[in-house]
Amino acid sequence: MSWTTADPMVSLKDVHKSFGELKVLNGVSLDVMKGDVICIIGPSGSGKSTLIRCINALNDIQQGSILVEGQEVNDPKVDKLELRKKVGMVFQQYNLFPHKTALQNVMMAPIRVLKHDKIKVEEVARALIKKVRLEGKENAYPGELSGGQQQRVAIARSLAMQPDVILFDEVTAALDPETVGEVLQTIKDLAEDGMTCILVTHEMAFAREVADHIYFTDRGVIVEHGPPETFFQNAQDPRTKEFLSQIL
Amino acid sequence: MEMVYEWFRTLYQETGINLPFLYDEYDRNRMIDGLFTTVKLSLVCLFFSIIIGVIGAWLQGSSFKWTRRFVSGYIQLFRNTPPLVQLYFFYFAIGTLLPRVENDWGGQSPIFGSFAWAAISLSFFAGAFNVEIFRSGIEAVPKSTVEAAEALGFSKLQIYRDITLPLAFRVVLPALNNNLVNLVKTTTLAYAIAVPEMLYEANQIWSDNVNVTEMMVFLLLAYFVLVGILVSGMNRWERAMKIPGYG
Repeated sequence: MSWTTADPMVSLKDVHKSFGELKVLNGVSLDVMKGDVICIIGPSGSGKSTLIRCINALNDIQQGSILVEGQEVNDPKVDKLELRKKVGMVFQQYNLFPHKTALQNVMMAPIRVLKHDKIKVEEVARALIKKVRLEGKENAYPGELSGGQQQRVAIARSLAMQPDVILFDEVTAALDPETVGEVLQTIKDLAEDGMTCILVTHEMAFAREVADHIYFTDRGVIVEHGPPETFFQNAQDPRTKEFLSQIL
Repeated sequence: MEMVYEWFRTLYQETGINLPFLYDEYDRNRMIDGLFTTVKLSLVCLFFSIIIGVIGAWLQGSSFKWTRRFVSGYIQLFRNTPPLVQLYFFYFAIGTLLPRVENDWGGQSPIFGSFAWAAISLSFFAGAFNVEIFRSGIEAVPKSTVEAAEALGFSKLQIYRDITLPLAFRVVLPALNNNLVNLVKTTTLAYAIAVPEMLYEANQIWSDNVNVTEMMVFLLLAYFVLVGILVSGMNRWERAMKIPGYG
């Protein structure tokens, strides 16, 4: 059975994950269609980050199934490199390569991993730097950039691999309030371009604006989910209500 | 040049301070050969000890238990035994076990001469320390940086070569610097298996001229300058490797 765009791009079924005794995910299921932007929200320690880290196999799972474009991730024989070409990831702490310039950070993976031609990669990389509005910062090292700028380089770096879906793991959580906006704008641009995005975020206003679907997790399960309008206005579960009342 | 030679000859005649390698061509050639041998031995050992360090540190991150055990066994063996004993072990124990080959005069000689054994022995000696030095640097690279590379699809080897090692290198340069300085000084041990390095040649000269004091002073200064050149080179390298806004 081959995967088509009519099937979910990412499909989680009854995913269980524990770190030793600690159960982090307790049977999570969700589907993400191509072009969807979904936001996962929830209190700290509810397993949000673990959830998306499982999708590109940075964490393994004990039980359940994770399909990315129809390919099972929970399989010891899974080709991780192949998977990671499809699934990009942006981290809370940017995690740029500190010894490479912004441009080199963006160029590195396409050259090394995809073995693309250096001259073409540079062309694409420069265009991506422009896309994330960092023209003129090509030759700056990460240490010379602000948090927001570093995060935008990280987004460009992820885009350079031409992934089908990008995972955003609390990408604004470590930023100064005044630079959060520029990063969110970049993600919004991507969403408008039709990129499939899975975000873990604490930015409720942003989630409300860009998400097609919102998932609320607590203690390793999805408590409630729905499109933003209904989710924010008509939360049913008391845990969701409590969380939203604290945040909003 | 002749004038300089003459001056030192006169110095010897007037004061008794005898530096024959500065006026006598035969002794001069011995000293130059010694210096070159020391430099050559140092460079060869620097190179191979760094290679051993890089590969050893990579193998220490292996998922095979026995590979890791083998590397740590190697480190223990070479760190916990005196380098002179190691040198003798390679030269006299292993050297005599190896087959002999016919030499230019039709006689039998060992496959490896004393220089080769000194190079092998000292490279392993300094390499053991380098493995530990590189490992400490690798451990200093944030796991999250490695994870970012994993998420981009880099293979383990690519991560080591392109991310971990370049970052670790910058962290360990001061420690590496120290170990390499020690290595250059330890090349004098090669004297014990008659490698014609600087100390050995100086010994030849003082045996012929009975000028032990002068030769000792000269040796001290010569090593001081030689290691000084290495240190200033390493410092320059350290500065060149510095990344703006990092560390």
